[in-house]
Amino acid sequence: MGSHSHSDRRRFLKVGGALASFVMGTVRSVRGQTPAPEARPKDNLVYGQPSPFDNTIRRTTGRATAISDTALMTPLQDLDGIITPSGLHFLMDHVKGVPDIDPQQHRLLIHGMVDRPLVYTMDELKRFPSVSRIYFLECNANNRPLRGPNADSVQLVHGRTSCSEWTGVLLSVLLKECGVQKGASWIVAEGSDANKYTMSIPLGKAMDDTLVAYSQNGEPVRPQQGYPVRLVVPGWEAIRAVKWLSRIKVVDQPAMAWHESGNNADTRPDGKGLWFRFELGPNSVITRPSGGQRLPGHGSYEITGLAWTGAGVVRKVEVSIDGGRSYKEAQLQQPVHRYAHTRFRFPWKWSGEEAVLQSRSTDERGEVQPTIAEAAKNLRVAPDYFYEADHFNGIQPWKVNRDGSIQNALFL
Amino acid sequence: MRCSSSLLTAVIALSACVTALAQGPTYQLGSTPSEEEIKARDTAISPDGKELPPGSGTAKEGAILFAQKCAACHGPNGDGGGLTRGIVPLGNAKPVKLPVSLVPYATTVWDFINRAMPQSKPGSLTANEVYAATAYVLYRNEVIKETDVLDARSLPKVRMPNRDNFIPAQPGWKPGEKRPFGYYPVNK
Repeated sequence: MGSHSHSDRRRFLKVGGALASFVMGTVRSVRGQTPAPEARPKDNLVYGQPSPFDNTIRRTTGRATAISDTALMTPLQDLDGIITPSGLHFLMDHVKGVPDIDPQQHRLLIHGMVDRPLVYTMDELKRFPSVSRIYFLECNANNRPLRGPNADSVQLVHGRTSCSEWTGVLLSVLLKECGVQKGASWIVAEGSDANKYTMSIPLGKAMDDTLVAYSQNGEPVRPQQGYPVRLVVPGWEAIRAVKWLSRIKVVDQPAMAWHESGNNADTRPDGKGLWFRFELGPNSVITRPSGGQRLPGHGSYEITGLAWTGAGVVRKVEVSIDGGRSYKEAQLQQPVHRYAHTRFRFPWKWSGEEAVLQSRSTDERGEVQPTIAEAAKNLRVAPDYFYEADHFNGIQPWKVNRDGSIQNALFL
Repeated sequence: MRCSSSLLTAVIALSACVTALAQGPTYQLGSTPSEEEIKARDTAISPDGKELPPGSGTAKEGAILFAQKCAACHGPNGDGGGLTRGIVPLGNAKPVKLPVSLVPYATTVWDFINRAMPQSKPGSLTANEVYAATAYVLYRNEVIKETDVLDARSLPKVRMPNRDNFIPAQPGWKPGEKRPFGYYPVNK
């Protein structure tokens, strides 16, 4: 490394600012770890990159949230199929900064109400039988309608859901090795970020399908997604899926940690708070054509989008082109995976007249995605209650105007 | 008999030795953490506060600490400005705010200050400082008096204003069960 590349790097750091530490994946070294090797410029050759003609697909931050966390939303309108490229996975930063963790130093401790507390290295975790499963992760604050300018596009309204193929070891395997004691009913999972982010999960889910994942879409989990290892709790609000996982304590009561008791409790119109909501409801959204796009002229289009549910399998997606007056069943991309994004497709000929496009999903339990009016009626609130409500899974209408422009029609 | 008993002792000693070396029964992976390692990392405080360390603090002491270590971000009076936000109204901006506080247990405030504050150096506060900072936050939210002493005994007894205003995800709902149409629970 000559002085030339050094000064290049310095200039890059200056220009890139805070982003540089993400991009370079080096520089910062926490707790005396060995600095990670620097990415080399030539890596563009040996690590394939998008075509320069089509290299504009990016996440976006949208409007700052009330608690000034960093939110990077997935550009759902630009993606096909069901897998979210790892670099486009959404990010909600509750922990003030993404740690760079040296996997050689990282340990996962399992203790509490177990016969044998054990501590695992990353190498040891990878020697257990592994499973690969396609699971979505959705923030419980996804799909907040009409948050100011966030209403404009599917990316800004729904971009806090992403879907990856996660590889790792089932948490149940690790817990059985430790011998869970009678009377235990919860686990408390902790990350090794600066805040030691903490979440409680009922033991039943932990012993069922919760995954200790070290790989995302075939590669090591990205630092923003929890490198070197994270929890994936399928079908549940992604706040449970603790990143940079370093400790699991088996206990008999939830920890009532900040992010699960106060910070993520939903308030209801009667003044009561809801906590531990866990499962996400049946959801779907048309990603193309969608808000902010413009149809170049009348004729043939494909309406396509994503559906998902915390119940498991999406059984049916229906599409309406008349604002919900009538629905027709869309084609689902096969196979449909449990707790995964499900791609739906629906051929459409646009006459050039106004149209309101929307989708409605039904899951394996027969639960149906509600309209905002139905959800409001059920709760006995005005629809604007859902401006900042969590776990909202209402139907999303997009209005196609005569000039081909498309806008969010939820409140039109 | 005597022979087999000493053999048994040897076997027990050997298995104890193996256990100490490590490892789960099926895959023989992992190692046994030392008591000290577990103790150092086992910092989470549950609602009954049984893990709280010795120490104490008052809101008066907390005010001094706040000026030194917290005001840079939270503003001199805890009302925001600076880098991020003020001392919370304990909770988060939501469609309908519960008066005063969304946090059901005072231990949660202690735990989060202990693990996450100050942001520039999380985990650096002493137990006395965490008690004092907690007392200051609770005092500013009108939960306790300025002179109240918080310690391992008194903190879990602090009654948060909305302690009884939380309900489970849905009354009677268990994970895996079908939920009512519309997903949101109906008032009962």
